[in-house]
Amino acid sequence: MTLTAWMPVFALMTSFIASLVIFVLPEKGYRLRTAVNLGAALMKLVLVIVMVWGVFRGVDYGVRFTMVPGVEFVLKADALAMMFAGLSAVLWLLTTIYAVGYLEDSPNRSRFFGFFSLCVASTTGIALAGNLFTFFLFYEMLTLSTYPLVVHRGTEKALRAGRTYLIYTLTGGAVLLLSIAWLHGVAGDLLFREGGHFIDADPAIHTSLIIIFILLVAGLGVKAAVFPLHGWLPQAMVAPAPVSALLHAVAVVKAGAFGIVRVVYNVYGITPSSTLGLLQPLAWLAAFTMIYGSVRALAQVDLKRLLAFSTVSQVSYIILGICLFGPVGAAGGLVHLLHQGIMKITLFFCAGNYAETLGIHRIDEMDGAGRRMPGTSLAFTIGAFGMIGAPPLAGFITKWTMGTGALAANMDWVIAVLVLSSLLNAAYFLPILHRLWFREAQGEWPNERHWGRLETSAWLFWPPLFTAVVTVLVGVLASLPFSPLSWAELIVLREYSP
Amino acid sequence: MTLWLMAGLLFTPLAWAVLTLLTDFRWGRLVTWAGILVQILVSLGLWLTVAEGGGFYYGLGGWDAPLGIELRVDGLAVTFVLLTAVVASACGWHAGVYIDPEKPWHRYFWPLFWFLWAGLNAVWLGGDLFNLYVGLELISLSAVGLVALGGKAGALRASIRYLLAALLGSLAYLLGVALIYGQFGTLSIAGVSFWLAEHPTPTGSGLALALMVAGLALKTALFPLHQWLPPAHGIAKSPVSALLSALVVKASFYVAARLWLEFGESIGNLAVAQLLGLLGSGAVVWGSWLACRQQQLKQVVAYSSVAQIGYLFLLFPLTFSVSEAVSLQAQQGITLQVISHALAKAAMFLAAGNLILSVGSNRVDALAGVSRFLPFSLFSFSLAGVSLMSLPPTGGFAAKWLLLQASLGSGQWWWVGVLLAGGLLSATYVFRIFRASLRENPETDQFYHPARSLEVIPMILALLALGLGLMSDQVLTVMALPFEEEGAP
Repeated sequence: MTLTAWMPVFALMTSFIASLVIFVLPEKGYRLRTAVNLGAALMKLVLVIVMVWGVFRGVDYGVRFTMVPGVEFVLKADALAMMFAGLSAVLWLLTTIYAVGYLEDSPNRSRFFGFFSLCVASTTGIALAGNLFTFFLFYEMLTLSTYPLVVHRGTEKALRAGRTYLIYTLTGGAVLLLSIAWLHGVAGDLLFREGGHFIDADPAIHTSLIIIFILLVAGLGVKAAVFPLHGWLPQAMVAPAPVSALLHAVAVVKAGAFGIVRVVYNVYGITPSSTLGLLQPLAWLAAFTMIYGSVRALAQVDLKRLLAFSTVSQVSYIILGICLFGPVGAAGGLVHLLHQGIMKITLFFCAGNYAETLGIHRIDEMDGAGRRMPGTSLAFTIGAFGMIGAPPLAGFITKWTMGTGALAANMDWVIAVLVLSSLLNAAYFLPILHRLWFREAQGEWPNERHWGRLETSAWLFWPPLFTAVVTVLVGVLASLPFSPLSWAELIVLREYSP
Repeated sequence: MTLWLMAGLLFTPLAWAVLTLLTDFRWGRLVTWAGILVQILVSLGLWLTVAEGGGFYYGLGGWDAPLGIELRVDGLAVTFVLLTAVVASACGWHAGVYIDPEKPWHRYFWPLFWFLWAGLNAVWLGGDLFNLYVGLELISLSAVGLVALGGKAGALRASIRYLLAALLGSLAYLLGVALIYGQFGTLSIAGVSFWLAEHPTPTGSGLALALMVAGLALKTALFPLHQWLPPAHGIAKSPVSALLSALVVKASFYVAARLWLEFGESIGNLAVAQLLGLLGSGAVVWGSWLACRQQQLKQVVAYSSVAQIGYLFLLFPLTFSVSEAVSLQAQQGITLQVISHALAKAAMFLAAGNLILSVGSNRVDALAGVSRFLPFSLFSFSLAGVSLMSLPPTGGFAAKWLLLQASLGSGQWWWVGVLLAGGLLSATYVFRIFRASLRENPETDQFYHPARSLEVIPMILALLALGLGLMSDQVLTVMALPFEEEGAP
């Protein structure tokens, strides 16, 4: 086998081996563990960048072997895969830096970072999977590797949240397995392919295909937190902040959304999905979830729970985007895979900073925090404005592209949904910003700590600022090559004219 | 070469049984470890021989059937021989460190261990019904002895119960064998199936098959005949529980499966096949449910065996009057299930033994805090658990995938529900243990740290169960090797 065949394996292995090494390292080996962690994350980033360049030039990266009779294990890098793998590589590096600072002096760090790397390995596997079988393999691995992270603190509340998480995701996994096995029985082993497999499907299997599609979306929708399968997400907020950040921005929630994209684009194909009448109901469901999540977010008093409901809403943008039949809307949905990740991770980092530095968890405690922590609050503000969709930030690009796409697809009602959702976003984010910048602090902070010159630990300070800058840049530079938007357009181009 | 391999394979366990009878526990341990090495080498040698040249019939001592004992050395049999070598070696190694050498009655562990191994090899390779019976008896009796080694009154009670169940099962089986001999005039499985291919099925042979299968189902602890299993497997020493759950119950199932695959199509009928599948499903649901409710760690694992055994009985409906391809999928799936359960369950019992050793109690609640003190054993336990939950990429998942395909392919979609529900239920009891051990309890800070080798062994087994999923295609290829039928009478 050649080097190109092995590249996806290497990308997978960097985090996998890092995880094994970290498990073996003693709890006290703080420096070595951090070095291994950051080294692996950097190496992976380099590998992914090389592959992005290769995929752009049309190189085929891939490896496959028969795993169980009749099914192959396939790793393959296409444009969509690289989008997700790139997101996970960048955010892994940032989150690792953040987590090192966040978990300073807390127990069980070896376990935490071990599973953390395993979780990223699963995400990479999900990105690079070349068929549904392989996808499922890593999808379930993700469930298992995030569980110990969710219950990391070992408190009664954390364990309860972990149980809810498992009930939802494992049941979803079972449904997904059923649908994949069924599809395999109906149509054989289907490699992910641009344009899908069912362009001229036998009308006799149409009914099965529709039922299987519903099951697939139901199975994947659990992780994507589509209404009414979102119940686990707000509860999982008991996890440490870096975990929430990773869960929301790239790992779990995105894995579900990414899976739905794969099913629509690379298994069924966008045109057959449309002719089978599958896109319209999915679009309604996504639109409803968008509104529902925002409305629920309005009523939250806990900052992390508010962000969780905001995620419920934001992830459905992606699903709605791919349901807009037409290249423009699709690009808008896909690009949100990246944009939402960057913006949401900024917000979670900031929420973690407030909690770690000042002991703030509730929104009504945030009065005046902008003066105490200007850097963090600036990042938070940029993230929040991005979510609302203020130009020229990342969220604006998404909403603008999706809106144009909706008009092109003759689905004008989507515009109304987008506007309503943005108004709701503003309704729950602006009051927070008002508290941050324009109100006086209420006296003592609940649990303040000091780190010398910076407002908080340097490990915690820089990552959110960096992602905030990226939020601005991907918006301003959206038309440059290799910007998320251009990359999304490349994917869509390959999907609509395979 | 083959001669030496076969001789080594069959002779060493018996010879070592006698040898270790003469020694005390410590010497027995040394002797055993040497014997384990021999067994591993010959098992591997035999496996490689078959993997290269295909299977064959082997007349023991040069005597062919019907006079002599004829052994059927095919891909499946040598795979199980190798599996036995792996699991038994692991348990033997573990037991040497785990079992307290000071108790005088523990010296009988080694002879019983070797008799058990001899019986297992005899069953995997046995070609005729009576020899299989002898092998099964050898297994049952030594297994009962091993359970009784637990030493407490509870262990004796459990072992007596086990003995009664095993004897009853053997009796039913033997009755069936007698009927078969009366009708067909031969005890060779190949001979009977040869006869059946030529002649119409004689009336009454259904009864013989039913008796044999019922007896074997009792020995395999098929729901609702499973009551003897959890006490016996739960109370035995951990390495013994591992042996029993991983291998012993599989032996009787293996015989039942061989009978069904050879005679089922002509003697069996749809109702029986579906009934067995239904009972298996009952085992999956009821066994898992009870596993969720147990207060003792090893009881949880033992009830999980009841559930996992249930899956095996899906073989019967999924191979009866279905297409060749579906039947093959089902057989492959069940074979993988046997192997992966053997590896995973052995790993789980051994890891559970370590956890119990560490916290000093068998109770699930007592595990609080153990995740910090014994992460390695807990990790082995969880890894084995992943295989039992049949999540990817383990062997259990490969098995479930094939069984799902077989169920859907044969239109028997009702088994799909069982397979999926079984996975979720097993997740419930595995994560219950995990949850208990992640709990932080400030009071218990007294943990005993077991020897390093005790911790390594379950991890190796769990990793093998995991690797089986990735390698399952290669493993199954060996089983599908051509078999030269020249020795068939």
